[in-house]
Amino acid sequence: MDLNYTDEQKAFRDEVRSFLAEKLPSRLSDKVKRGQTLTKADHEKWHAILNEKGWLAGNWPKKFGGAGWNAVERHIFEDEMTKASAPRILPFGLAMLGPVLQQFGSKEQQEHYLPRILNGDDWWCQGYSEPGAGSDLASVRTTAERNDDHYIVNGQKTWTTLGQHANMIFCLVRTSKEGKPQEGISFLLIDMDSPGIKVRPIILIDGEPEVNEVFFDDVKVPVENLVGEENKGWTYAKYLLTHERTNIAGVGFANAGLENLKRIARAEQASGRPLIENPHFAARIARLEIDLMAMSTTNLRVVSKAAAGQAPGAESSMLKIKGTIIRQEINALTRSAVGPYAMPFASEALEDGSNQQPVGPDYAASATAQYLNNRKLSIYGGSNEVQRTIISKAILEL
Amino acid sequence: MNFELTEERQMLQDGLRRFLRDTYTPALRAELTEAESGFSADVWNGLAEMGVIGALFSEDDGGFAGAGFDIALVFEELGRVGAVDPLLDTAILGGGLIAALGNDDQKQMIADTIAGTTQLAFAHSEPSSRYDMSRVETNATRDGDSHVLNGRKSVVVNAPAADHILVSARSSGDAAAKSGISLFLVPADAPAMSLRSYPLVSGGRAAEVLLEDVKLGADALIGPEGAAYDEITRIHARATLAISAEALGLMESIRELTTDYLKTRKQFGKPIGKFQALQHRMADVLIEIEQARSAVINLAGHVDEPTDIRDKHVSATKNLIGNVAKLVAEESIQMHGGIGMTDEYELGHLAKRLIMVDHRFGDAIHHLERFIALAVA
Repeated sequence: MDLNYTDEQKAFRDEVRSFLAEKLPSRLSDKVKRGQTLTKADHEKWHAILNEKGWLAGNWPKKFGGAGWNAVERHIFEDEMTKASAPRILPFGLAMLGPVLQQFGSKEQQEHYLPRILNGDDWWCQGYSEPGAGSDLASVRTTAERNDDHYIVNGQKTWTTLGQHANMIFCLVRTSKEGKPQEGISFLLIDMDSPGIKVRPIILIDGEPEVNEVFFDDVKVPVENLVGEENKGWTYAKYLLTHERTNIAGVGFANAGLENLKRIARAEQASGRPLIENPHFAARIARLEIDLMAMSTTNLRVVSKAAAGQAPGAESSMLKIKGTIIRQEINALTRSAVGPYAMPFASEALEDGSNQQPVGPDYAASATAQYLNNRKLSIYGGSNEVQRTIISKAILEL
Repeated sequence: MNFELTEERQMLQDGLRRFLRDTYTPALRAELTEAESGFSADVWNGLAEMGVIGALFSEDDGGFAGAGFDIALVFEELGRVGAVDPLLDTAILGGGLIAALGNDDQKQMIADTIAGTTQLAFAHSEPSSRYDMSRVETNATRDGDSHVLNGRKSVVVNAPAADHILVSARSSGDAAAKSGISLFLVPADAPAMSLRSYPLVSGGRAAEVLLEDVKLGADALIGPEGAAYDEITRIHARATLAISAEALGLMESIRELTTDYLKTRKQFGKPIGKFQALQHRMADVLIEIEQARSAVINLAGHVDEPTDIRDKHVSATKNLIGNVAKLVAEESIQMHGGIGMTDEYELGHLAKRLIMVDHRFGDAIHHLERFIALAVA
């Protein structure tokens, strides 16, 4: 048992750290720190900087242009990224679709799509959830009917994150109504510019158009856009969902959030002294920090098992639940910390290029918006209820 | 012991519930996001005509009720529809302070308030006061017979629509001293007073109020110079009751929405309300809302008691409401899933308004500490 990084891992950490110090534009890290909305161009810029270094796809094998890092190296990289307030790497092409194509895609698909993901030629979004298929994903009803050399797709997807920026969408579609619902699903790649596709933004409770509905009305999709075999899409979708996700606990985000919370609690005055000296408030922070310290190690235990080649199964569910609870509580306490200045609706001040000064201290503007927005953490990617069911079945065998 | 409403209160509740249910339509909600004042003048006039504003004042002050249970009743109904009308600011705070401290001339304004023709706001909190009621750094100096105010007031709800703003300012003493706080009635168009107006997460609007050598006549002083603190605390207790009752109404509507959703939303071939994991959590939500109802009743019954008894109940109720509000809002969003995250669905506004309750008149932690000082330690 040794809780420290090896010398090699330390050297890697230092390398990442100095790269970020040198290459991460302060314009971007400032926006992340303030909780401002990043534009499409911001994301693309940061992806390009990482890609130039060969670090955009840490999880991809080298033969596909990735960095080929193991789970510990990826953890170190993600940890340093959040510490430096770097924009997160968007997961749709890199973490979600990429591994599926590498495992199940045709050679042509790999050669065509993977470099385009790295170079930022395609912006992918995810077409999984539907109005009637959320936690119960296998009940997807969007259909794809084979007609010669193409499919005709009809239906609706929803909660499509940043779909407004995307030119490509990977979808779960129903190609058969025979057998169990899971057995008639296929994995299809669809050009968002195809005739018959409509995107409608959904405004979330923080006022931001982060997610979308995507409608398909007789959309023609060439058969070569099918990934793997017809009616095997559920296997690929599950691979994507359970594919080892070292960042699922969000330890880096939690650490950054806790630091921010402490900074605010030091700056805020309550009854003539810093809020952080209020024993009741300090106790709430302390309980979170204690929980986070233990969770970080749980995370590392899973990470190092993964690095040794053991794919985590239901452990990811555990990390997801604990991680999201901690992050949501940090957001709630941050909202509490800013006091009455949590009340102004600050959407405009958080927009890109806004020269509007926030009402109250600068750290107050994003507190409520982030609290509201991060209620999603326990809902998306398999709700925490679904994760608990996985744990009770897969680990407890109940 | 009797927990039934009197006949008069029952009538008021029935009438108000009907009025608000018919009024707070999706069309009105859309209109409100555009409204410059943050609320609808038509709804306000309707409330005044029904006598809802008068129900918040005693007969001595020209109203017809004004007890704790009247406040609780009115605000619970407002909460049920997520109403954004500034009754709390105009009637409970502004009107309440004038009724408590004003001279006969100043009290004329109460009649206009009850009639619905005057809007008020109370500018008390400051950028560094947080929830500390005695921390007033805005200062009032004498210049002959007139008073000169300088300072900054923060998150003054309804200030953008107010005809008059009641401003607390320090005539003497240290920044946090209870004595030395005076109250002034400042016309909205007073030169040297400027507002930065903005929308609130909960709906409605507020402003940062900047006072730069605001010169006021002797008649602007409300009550005795330097001795407004006790009445400010008393009115804050009534405001805390109002916002707690509003939170209760919000909780009830959120519970109904969520229960309906659990019954209708199907996943895995059955309504999600058939899953025991959700049933038990919803049962806990129900239990906590009943706790919230009792806490509101406790405060309503003690809001006119002597200070020590009253304030113990203020802090007990506001602490409990703050904790239950968080639970109800978060659980309802979670049990709804994605749809609970959308601005379009009714839950969004109700949940945000409920969460924001903790940021006015002291949050759960503030009142926990205050309760310890008043009742435990």
